[in-house]
Amino acid sequence: MADKLRAQQQLEALQARYVGTGHADTTKHEWLQNIQRDTLASIIGHPPMLLYQSIAHGECREKTRIRLLERMIQPVGPPPEVRNSSHDNQTQAQ
Amino acid sequence: MAGPSRKSGAKAEGRATNGSSKAAFTEAFDKDLYDGGDKYAGYSDSIAVRDDDDDDAAELNGRKLVGQYTASKDIMNEFASGDTAEADILMSRGESAQIQSRQTDYQKRQYDRALSPSRDGRSYKDVMKEQDVEREEARVQKLIEEKEANGGNEVLDHVPLLKDGVAAENGNKTPPMDRSSRRKRRWDAGDEEKDEVKIIEEPKPVEAPADKDTPMTDAPEPASKRSRWEKTSADEKKPKEASAAPVPSRWDKAVAPSASTAPPPPGAGQTPHPTGIVPFAFGTDISSRNAPLSDAQLDALLPSEGYKILEPPPGYAPVRKAVGVPQLPAGYQGYIMPEAESNSSLLGKQLPAEIPGVGDLQFFKPEDMKYFGKLVDGNDENDMTVEDLKERKIMRLLLKVKNGTPPMRKTALRQLTDNARQFGPAALFNQILPLLMERTLEDQERHLLVKVVDRVLYKLDDLVRPYVHKILVVIEPLLIDQDYYARVEGREIISNLAKAAGLGQMITVMRPDLDHADDYVRNTTARAFAVVASALGIPALLPFLRAVCRSKKSWNARHTGVKIVQQIPILMGCAILPHLRGLVECVVENLNDEQPKVRMVTALAIAALAEAASPYGIESFDSILNPLWTGARKQRGKSLASFLKAIGFIIPLMDEDFANYYTTQVMDVIIREFETSDEEMKKVVLKVVSQTAGTTGVTPIYLRDFVLQPFFKCFWVRRMAVDKRNYRQVVDTTVDLSKKAGVAEIVGRIVHNMKDESEAYRKMTVETIDKIIALLGVHDVDTRLEEQLIDGVIVAFQDQSVEDPVVLDGFATVVNALGERTKTYLPQITQLVLHRLNNKLPAVRQQAADLISRIALVMSQCGEEIQLINVGQALYEYLGEEYPDVLGSILGALRAIVTVIGLDSMQPPVKDVLPRLTPILRNRHEKVQENAIDLVGRIADRDPKQVTPREWMRICFELMEMLKAHKKGIRRAANNTFGYISKAVGPSDVLATLMSNLRTVDRQSRVCSAVAIGIVAETCQPFTVLPALMNEYRVPELNVQNGVLKALSFMFEYIGDMARDYVYAVVPLLEDALIDRDQVHRQTAASVVQHLAIGIVGLDCEDAMIHLLNLVWPNIYETSPHVIDRVIAAVEGLRNAIGVPVIMNYTWAGLFHAARKVRQPYWRVYNEAYVQSADAMVPAYPNLQDDVYRRHELDVFI
Repeated sequence: MADKLRAQQQLEALQARYVGTGHADTTKHEWLQNIQRDTLASIIGHPPMLLYQSIAHGECREKTRIRLLERMIQPVGPPPEVRNSSHDNQTQAQ
Repeated sequence: MAGPSRKSGAKAEGRATNGSSKAAFTEAFDKDLYDGGDKYAGYSDSIAVRDDDDDDAAELNGRKLVGQYTASKDIMNEFASGDTAEADILMSRGESAQIQSRQTDYQKRQYDRALSPSRDGRSYKDVMKEQDVEREEARVQKLIEEKEANGGNEVLDHVPLLKDGVAAENGNKTPPMDRSSRRKRRWDAGDEEKDEVKIIEEPKPVEAPADKDTPMTDAPEPASKRSRWEKTSADEKKPKEASAAPVPSRWDKAVAPSASTAPPPPGAGQTPHPTGIVPFAFGTDISSRNAPLSDAQLDALLPSEGYKILEPPPGYAPVRKAVGVPQLPAGYQGYIMPEAESNSSLLGKQLPAEIPGVGDLQFFKPEDMKYFGKLVDGNDENDMTVEDLKERKIMRLLLKVKNGTPPMRKTALRQLTDNARQFGPAALFNQILPLLMERTLEDQERHLLVKVVDRVLYKLDDLVRPYVHKILVVIEPLLIDQDYYARVEGREIISNLAKAAGLGQMITVMRPDLDHADDYVRNTTARAFAVVASALGIPALLPFLRAVCRSKKSWNARHTGVKIVQQIPILMGCAILPHLRGLVECVVENLNDEQPKVRMVTALAIAALAEAASPYGIESFDSILNPLWTGARKQRGKSLASFLKAIGFIIPLMDEDFANYYTTQVMDVIIREFETSDEEMKKVVLKVVSQTAGTTGVTPIYLRDFVLQPFFKCFWVRRMAVDKRNYRQVVDTTVDLSKKAGVAEIVGRIVHNMKDESEAYRKMTVETIDKIIALLGVHDVDTRLEEQLIDGVIVAFQDQSVEDPVVLDGFATVVNALGERTKTYLPQITQLVLHRLNNKLPAVRQQAADLISRIALVMSQCGEEIQLINVGQALYEYLGEEYPDVLGSILGALRAIVTVIGLDSMQPPVKDVLPRLTPILRNRHEKVQENAIDLVGRIADRDPKQVTPREWMRICFELMEMLKAHKKGIRRAANNTFGYISKAVGPSDVLATLMSNLRTVDRQSRVCSAVAIGIVAETCQPFTVLPALMNEYRVPELNVQNGVLKALSFMFEYIGDMARDYVYAVVPLLEDALIDRDQVHRQTAASVVQHLAIGIVGLDCEDAMIHLLNLVWPNIYETSPHVIDRVIAAVEGLRNAIGVPVIMNYTWAGLFHAARKVRQPYWRVYNEAYVQSADAMVPAYPNLQDDVYRRHELDVFI
């Protein structure tokens, strides 16, 4: 019990620090959203990658950067409707 | 105590007669004076078996067999009573754990505060009015006290002079006012009527004093006695006066209810009375005999005419209490028949060990009954209201948190937190807060309860608003606790509270306490306000602070306001810098306040602000410089001390010119105060001197011309060395002065003190010189001073009555600083040391040996190798030393000498020294072990050839034991020594020893052997060790195999990338280990894999690593914490070796598996990877074909 509690606390701490980490109740939607954001962040974070994108799109680097940044807002659309409420409770408890 | 010594004495005598020819100490030679003959006649000649034999055998013929010397009675009883009395360990253990046992009187005033009624219905105005009444009350109380102190007792009539306004019209005499009614009036308006009744009634006693002929009216004793009865039964008086009929006795009253009810069922639960009346067991309570007589009894005893009943004077509290009997509960009226529900039926009943619905508790104290008694009343929960059930639920949880075992506590705390909003603030705080007010609370309990408050607060958020003041009353005392963590906890809670309730609410609630009559309340409120400021930001609070500091209404408010300003920088440090000007402006006018207390606290606040702001922010202080400096000239005493303190903190902020100018302005005041006798002032003055000396603006010439002379005259006197606090201050200030004035200047002034007759003074001087020289060196010390220095430290060193490390440090520092200049004095020092090594006191010998180890380097620098060798030889002879501390120092000294002169020139040669060390290695004393292993290790490292391999092997065996040492440093040194020895004599023999050690039962020595094998492998190349190790793995014994795996783990950890050559060799072994049924086996193998994988990152062994990963991977379902940790670590290591994408390919499969038990470990692996190499995961993420989820950026192609 105590271990479980501690693991839970550690996980909470971890997720407070790293948004992209997940747990057993992470939905596919959340996960894929994180994947998208990580990818975009990685491109922005590597100047050569960013340059590559901007050349491909024929726009200046800053514009690409802003575009990619804005893409990070709901990159895979709004979360799907939750069907059963019990599952919802579970995720909230987490 | 006399028993055993007597026995042993008798034994000694027996031994003396039949054994040696020598006389025993205890033998009486003057036998002929006493009755001669066989003195053993009539004794049993064996040791007494029965205990009672002792007593009569002790004295025969009126003479003791053994000379008995004991201390006189007053010495024995010295610690039994009075100031020095030692508490009875057993009796007071429980009490001493309580917080109140270590609280000062001031802190205990927290118990005087009551929880305020909740503020739901009351407006701010009501609260303020109440405060006014309370303040007025306190003022009146004080006036009365003063009056009494000034001889108020001389009033013959004992009629109080203070009157109610209405009654004053009655004439020259006025009725006294009833204190109890006065107290009540403040709370409920309903009392108004009662007051009126009283006023009508009161004239009656007033008339009584008028007839002067009544005897005994003036006798003070019956009067005061009478008044006490009055107090205890105040409400009884009314019926008595109303009807002239004989007063119904208490007896009738008490019996009535009990007669109607059945006797209580045995064992039924009881609700304890909220006032916490002390229960007495039947028949054990003798207090009834000492109890004061009741009114009824007195009426029966005393004549009803010719007497009058006097009112107690206001402020009268009975001081006389019966000695040695339990304190009587309030309202005690003699023995009362037990009633159901009365707590007297608690008598003699054991406290419950188990509360229904709670389970086993760690403890249950009598005081807990007061709060948790409801849980054992045995009522059926089925017919209770929801509210009651909720209350009980909270009670149970709180009890679990407070008294339960750690796991119980955790779950209960969790439940309380999670359900906090359902329970509601009222239900929670009404139970928690009274618990926190309990006097007998212990640290742990308080900590837990505070934790509950903290968690609940967090969950309740703005629902706490009505309870803010209540919580503050309970939590504020934590802010002035001695315990640092308690203070931090208190701050935490108040800051959370402030965030939850909001600034407006906090100010409304705390404002009335700012000018509270009690300075304890004001003080704690100020601290709490500072916490609020740090939680909600200073700017938000500034306007309020400004207003409070300028309050016209009362100086108390101004005082508290300034105190808040003082506490803020203490709490927040340099974070106040952006708001410095605002804070300073708040207090600027208070520097010239008419109240000296306000002026003082203002100066202290400025000091705190300047200290926190240092070294910035002088411009913010511009406005107060003038009042501060002019003030310093005007003030005297305590407020001068605070002004000087502020000045001391401001000067370091100034630039050069200003600092110089302002220092000269204030220096004459400081120098004048050098001669003060006030301890506080001394402290401040010393501090200011060291602060001003530290600023650039103050020149050495100025210090030399104006400050040093009076400073040394006033502070470098013997009596300064006696008090520890002064001592420290003077030493620190002198060191600070020397930084500016120079070493020679300062040291020259005090060097002669090292020959002073007072030892404390010598020590103080040595410590100062030590600090100065360690800091600044001796470059400006001339030959004459140098002589004086050496001469002084030698005298100080020699004349110690108690060996003190301070003197040793001083000696070593002086010698080391002088370096080669010591050469001329070295013969003298060596002689001194050698002489003292011979001393019969162990402490002296130890210090001499320590000194050698400290100055060995300087001796060799001076070319005194011969001397060193001599000393070494002497030390060698002292290796038989029996005191372990001394032996440790001697070994340390030998090591220092060996280090300095090298092994070759060591005399006696190393090959003679080492055999002497072998038995010493067996010594279990830590200091001896540490020094011995260090010396041996040094020899093994530098020149192992001088000693035969046989001897080294012998040492190896001894070292084995040392692997079990408690101190890590010793174990590490022993392990390193294994490495050196194996290098010297070849690994095979050492390895054989270590391998055999793997079979021992003792876990620690197995682990340490494994570590040692790892080290041997590192120093002698792995190939010398690995074959033997792998061979050993074939032994079909779990411990050995585990030991081998552990050794491999350490080995791969130490050898790093050298492992590349051995990967394919160990893979089969690891294969076997990773598919073993034994958990520990797989765990250890996993850690081998981890270290191996980390060692060979980027060295082209991916194939082997993938193979190992396949074997490790299934283990991620392990649940035992140790195992799973190692397995995850192994996966991490492998991820580094073979790259993230491969691991990810393993991971995708389980992230969204249907079974939670699968998903959980997979997500853990995923998270670890994400934390460490999120960027590397981007290319490895699965590419989904779905249009929404597709990562289009990756499709871009030029």
